[in-house]
Amino acid sequence: MDLILFLVFAAIAVGCGVNLVVQRHPISSALSLIGVMGSLAVLYLLLGAEFIAAAQLIVYAGAIMVLFLFVIMLLNAGVERGVDKSRLARWLGLPLLALFLGMVSFLVRRFYPDKVSVAFGGFTGGGPADVGRKLFTEYLLPFEAASVLILIAILGAVVLARKEID
Amino acid sequence: MNFYLLTLAKFAVVMAVFMTTLAYLQWVERKVLAHIQLRPGPYRVGPHGLLQPLADVIKLLTKEGFIPAGVVKPIYLLAPVLAVGTSLVAIAVIPFGPKVSILGVETYLQLTDLNIGLLFILAASSLGVYGIALAGWASNNKYALLGGLRSAAQMISYELPLALALAAPLLLLNSLSLREVAESQAGYYFGFLPRWAILQAPFPQIFSFVLFLIAGFAECNRIPFDLPEAENELVAGYHTEYSSLTFASFFMAEYANMVTMCCVAATVFLGGWHAPFPAEYGSKYIPSLLFLLAAGILFYHAANPSGRRWDRYSLPVFGVVFLGLAVLFLIPVFQSVLIPVFWFAAKAGGLLFVFIWIRGTLPRFRYDQLMRFAWGFLFPVAVVNLLVTAFLAAWVAK
Repeated sequence: MDLILFLVFAAIAVGCGVNLVVQRHPISSALSLIGVMGSLAVLYLLLGAEFIAAAQLIVYAGAIMVLFLFVIMLLNAGVERGVDKSRLARWLGLPLLALFLGMVSFLVRRFYPDKVSVAFGGFTGGGPADVGRKLFTEYLLPFEAASVLILIAILGAVVLARKEID
Repeated sequence: MNFYLLTLAKFAVVMAVFMTTLAYLQWVERKVLAHIQLRPGPYRVGPHGLLQPLADVIKLLTKEGFIPAGVVKPIYLLAPVLAVGTSLVAIAVIPFGPKVSILGVETYLQLTDLNIGLLFILAASSLGVYGIALAGWASNNKYALLGGLRSAAQMISYELPLALALAAPLLLLNSLSLREVAESQAGYYFGFLPRWAILQAPFPQIFSFVLFLIAGFAECNRIPFDLPEAENELVAGYHTEYSSLTFASFFMAEYANMVTMCCVAATVFLGGWHAPFPAEYGSKYIPSLLFLLAAGILFYHAANPSGRRWDRYSLPVFGVVFLGLAVLFLIPVFQSVLIPVFWFAAKAGGLLFVFIWIRGTLPRFRYDQLMRFAWGFLFPVAVVNLLVTAFLAAWVAK
């Protein structure tokens, strides 16, 4: 059952990812990205990380992508016209992609030679309480550093927006 | 009993009750609004318009589903499905009562209990905006697009105070599972004051409750925050180009969101299925007394007809129905199931009445007022409320 669900949602995620690149219209691309995020949330759930799954849905699909969609709709972005592709990209694209995938798989095999397959349902520490305890004990410093980083980004955005108005 | 069979049975019951509630909520809303404005409201179909929802459903089902020219068809058809799907799914984690045994089968009066129950509801409600925004965009209509844009901006803005207002009581209740949230509000202070979150020490969550309700109005696109469908500026807003069943699904989604919001408020802030005063003071006789009172009023009006022709026959029938309900609530076998469900329904229903009441009372915000209210007032107040609750909770825990 877990394996079937994993295969189904992994396929949906990859399909939506491909669709995201192929689609010409920005709204269709944004919708595909939401599909990717939704199926990723299901994959997190399958691995036992309930809190991460919910956060993925609320933050990425529910807030960030709504903002994306809002901006696309506000700017009324239309269908993008394809520019003339360079001949280099047309001939070398597929071989380079194959080379890249080969390199990635080679490196993964090289650095993680022991093939430990993931056991669905083996991990149970993904509830909100567990995540919170880990964040405020073991990973306190990275957590605070990330929040300061986000604060700096917000301040930068405010400063830039101010300049625009003046 | 088989787990799947039990879940299926519970699902059937919840879905039937939920759908009937959605249909009749619209009748209640029209009646209450009408009486606020000194009109009789729906009156023609059935006694006191009681069959009006049925007539509406038949009308919407049999109308032609018209797809205008120039719409983006796949997204135009996907949007109502998204809206209604995300709004209906949230009822799955709402607890209606404690663990009970029906015909020897022990079960919780809840479809499923997730340890991220509240986050699940927040996720469903934050995904609900896609239905509205995409409907507005795909309709190829400037009014619909404006409605969709407004809705996207409004939902993002009001989700923050909504989540912050929910976080404060959770600091006292210590769980995200709605069943545990409701169970931890059992019991009474000094033997009579309920330990609901809005009364709970060290910091009664009355401010969170009000903040949650205000943000909830905005999340459901209800007056005074119904700018996405402001009739006098935007025709009908995001669902201008929808007809028949697709329109009905937007309509249903709005009411389903309202019911979910009220159920969450009743569970988190008002103690779920717990009675407002202890059973030894007779709280289990309240439902029967209320139904008896209703039956008495109906019989009185049937005996003194006010000139409406059918009241002489219809009112006694309803009086007998209410008498039967009063007797049903007195039978000890049913009491363990019916009394908690009654209190839960009473709280959620009271909040639904507040939703309708406010619709009949307040005018609509202007758009800049709406945004300033969210970011300039609601959000800071929610943050301060959360901070005070956190400090007091930590101080007591120490």
